[in-house]
Amino acid sequence: MFKHFIRLEWKSFLRSASFGTNLVLKIIMGLAALYFIACFAILGTAVYFILKEEGLEPLSTVNTYLIYYLVGDLVIRFFLQKMPVTNIKPLLTLPIKRNTIVHYSLGKTSISFFNIIHAFFFLPFTVVLLMHDYGFQAVLWHLGMMALIFTNNFINVLLNNKNSVFYPMLIAVVSLGLAQYYHLFTITDYTQPFFQSFYNTNYGFAAPLLLGILVYYFSFAYFKSNLNLDTGLAKKSAEAKTEDYTWLNQFGTLGTFLKNDIKLLRRNKRSRTTVIMSFLFIFYGLLFFTNSIEAYQNPMMQVFAGIFVSGGFLFTFGQFVPSWDSAYYQLMMSQNISYRQYLTSKWWLMVIGTVIATIIASFYLYFGWQTYMLIVVGAIYNIGVNSHLVMLGGAYVKTPIDLTMANKAFGDKQAFNIKTMLISLPKLLVPMLLYALGYYVHSANLGFLLVALAGVLGFALRDKVFTKIEKIYKTEKYATIAAYKQKN
Amino acid sequence: MIQVTNLTKRYNAGTLVLNMPNLEIPKGQSFGLVGNNGAGKTTFFSLLLDLIQPSSGHIINNGVQVNTSENWKPFTAAFIDESFLIGYLTAEEYFYFIGDLRGQNKADVDALLQKHEEFFNGEILNSKKYLRDLSKGNMKKVGIVAALIGNPEVIILDEPFANLDPTTVNRLKKIIKELAEDPNVTVLVSSHDLVHTVEVCDRIVALHLGEVVKDIQTSPETLKELEAFFAV
Repeated sequence: MFKHFIRLEWKSFLRSASFGTNLVLKIIMGLAALYFIACFAILGTAVYFILKEEGLEPLSTVNTYLIYYLVGDLVIRFFLQKMPVTNIKPLLTLPIKRNTIVHYSLGKTSISFFNIIHAFFFLPFTVVLLMHDYGFQAVLWHLGMMALIFTNNFINVLLNNKNSVFYPMLIAVVSLGLAQYYHLFTITDYTQPFFQSFYNTNYGFAAPLLLGILVYYFSFAYFKSNLNLDTGLAKKSAEAKTEDYTWLNQFGTLGTFLKNDIKLLRRNKRSRTTVIMSFLFIFYGLLFFTNSIEAYQNPMMQVFAGIFVSGGFLFTFGQFVPSWDSAYYQLMMSQNISYRQYLTSKWWLMVIGTVIATIIASFYLYFGWQTYMLIVVGAIYNIGVNSHLVMLGGAYVKTPIDLTMANKAFGDKQAFNIKTMLISLPKLLVPMLLYALGYYVHSANLGFLLVALAGVLGFALRDKVFTKIEKIYKTEKYATIAAYKQKN
Repeated sequence: MIQVTNLTKRYNAGTLVLNMPNLEIPKGQSFGLVGNNGAGKTTFFSLLLDLIQPSSGHIINNGVQVNTSENWKPFTAAFIDESFLIGYLTAEEYFYFIGDLRGQNKADVDALLQKHEEFFNGEILNSKKYLRDLSKGNMKKVGIVAALIGNPEVIILDEPFANLDPTTVNRLKKIIKELAEDPNVTVLVSSHDLVHTVEVCDRIVALHLGEVVKDIQTSPETLKELEAFFAV
């Protein structure tokens, strides 16, 4: 039976509509995975010697911090590890035992990268322990560790989408960590002996094994009882409230679109992720302006930061105009809509986003007015030039967006579209060069002026650019409709 | 009202999916398009809405050639499938959105919704659901009524009877018949269901593999004729 499942899995990988571009993404993800594997392996080998040099007993020190390692692992899993529920529906009515389906789905999670990666830390570490005469108990300890990792895996299955359990737990652990940092209360005094006992005794490792089996049993029971269309596999639907935003009516058709876009941002997982990400971008500048990284200490990189701090929303949202409307693009194309109004509304949304980011970023004034000026001129350039460039790039993007999916907010496949790549170069390079020019010829002030002037110039050309984008939209219309009809 | 000249649509390998040398739909007619799967019904409607490009020929809608000008949009409304709905809006928000685009104020839209309250059967308005969470049948109801907003002169409904319960089908027939009585409104309906189509349409065109094989003015014998044609 499992043979059939694996065959299905393989076909779904090979036959996905975007296999070609997906492959590039998969290769890059593979490289990233290799990188992490290498990091863990090096750490696993070296940690013994590092701790020894510090005058610490390696195994007991690792055991001390293990609790944080495990909780950290759980947090990462909670956000990144995917649940295996998606393809279960068609199997339910086939003559397959429910137990088989559940075992298979849970089994699938256990070969996840999130489990395997830890072997690359614990295996070399155990080998080093064995070479230093720690005896066969080191192997028992290792077994215990593996059991804990798999326990984490199944705890994550149980925790999935249970924010009400996860966040209180996270807060508890973080406050315990802080308590330890400020020497108020040392949780590791209690946890360390537990982990140490896997090594010190011949039977201690049985505890995590039992725990693992128990958690597997619970997640099995949980999954199985939820394997109905109206429970675990049901689509979650939030209660909807009709919102009018009547204050936007004064802007006419523009207001109509803005209303829609605000709802789009608020009510869909994918677009909410975008908003959160652009909020995080505001703090990206801290890396540059706190002088913490030396390579970022030149004027060009500072402009780079200025552009990103104010333009986070513009980049993450703008690059997917019009893909945000892909699900109902046919409607848009047969309604009484002028492209210009449609574009203008998206443009205004980006401008509003940029202005809000710039206002929030005013805390950078703490680093001096020059730092904040970098962000302000960055914002001017973003509004004047980059807003047009992202829309120009977006006109060539034909990746439909599934609004209800939260992941894929990073990069997406369109990152490999040559046309958008070319268009995105001037987004960053031009202001960097302009600022550097002004900075070295005269002063930082001239640099500011040049970047801001470029922004104002771009703004003055807005109508021309919109006409151009409109034309691209029209010529690309049929191809775009056809592409959006394809679901991944 | 609608004039089709030498219209063909081929897909890359040269498969001809629609071939319509000449078809004229006069103003005010209620026009039914029947045929099996793959006969070209949706392709024809998509061409009519300029969602796909004709391989040759053109369609003129009220004097406007649809693939070169966009001026047909103000007087044409359509519901083809769920991709005409905006999933993250509630039904009311969607109606007002369409209303805004068609130059109708909130009161106009409310009046229309009021009129079709029976058709909604109490499941659409104030349902506290986003459109993406409605059942297929209810989605269809929303799409159909949205296509009536703003008194369009050409109304295109693809498979409007599919997925609807028997009561709603009868209510929908009533709505379409009412529209058909209006001499200014041209209704185009496609369906697999011969009985429903014959009942609401003045004229029926049958498509088979992209070709027009029957073109009949509805009469008491029409249904028999069509059933004979599609009989196995």
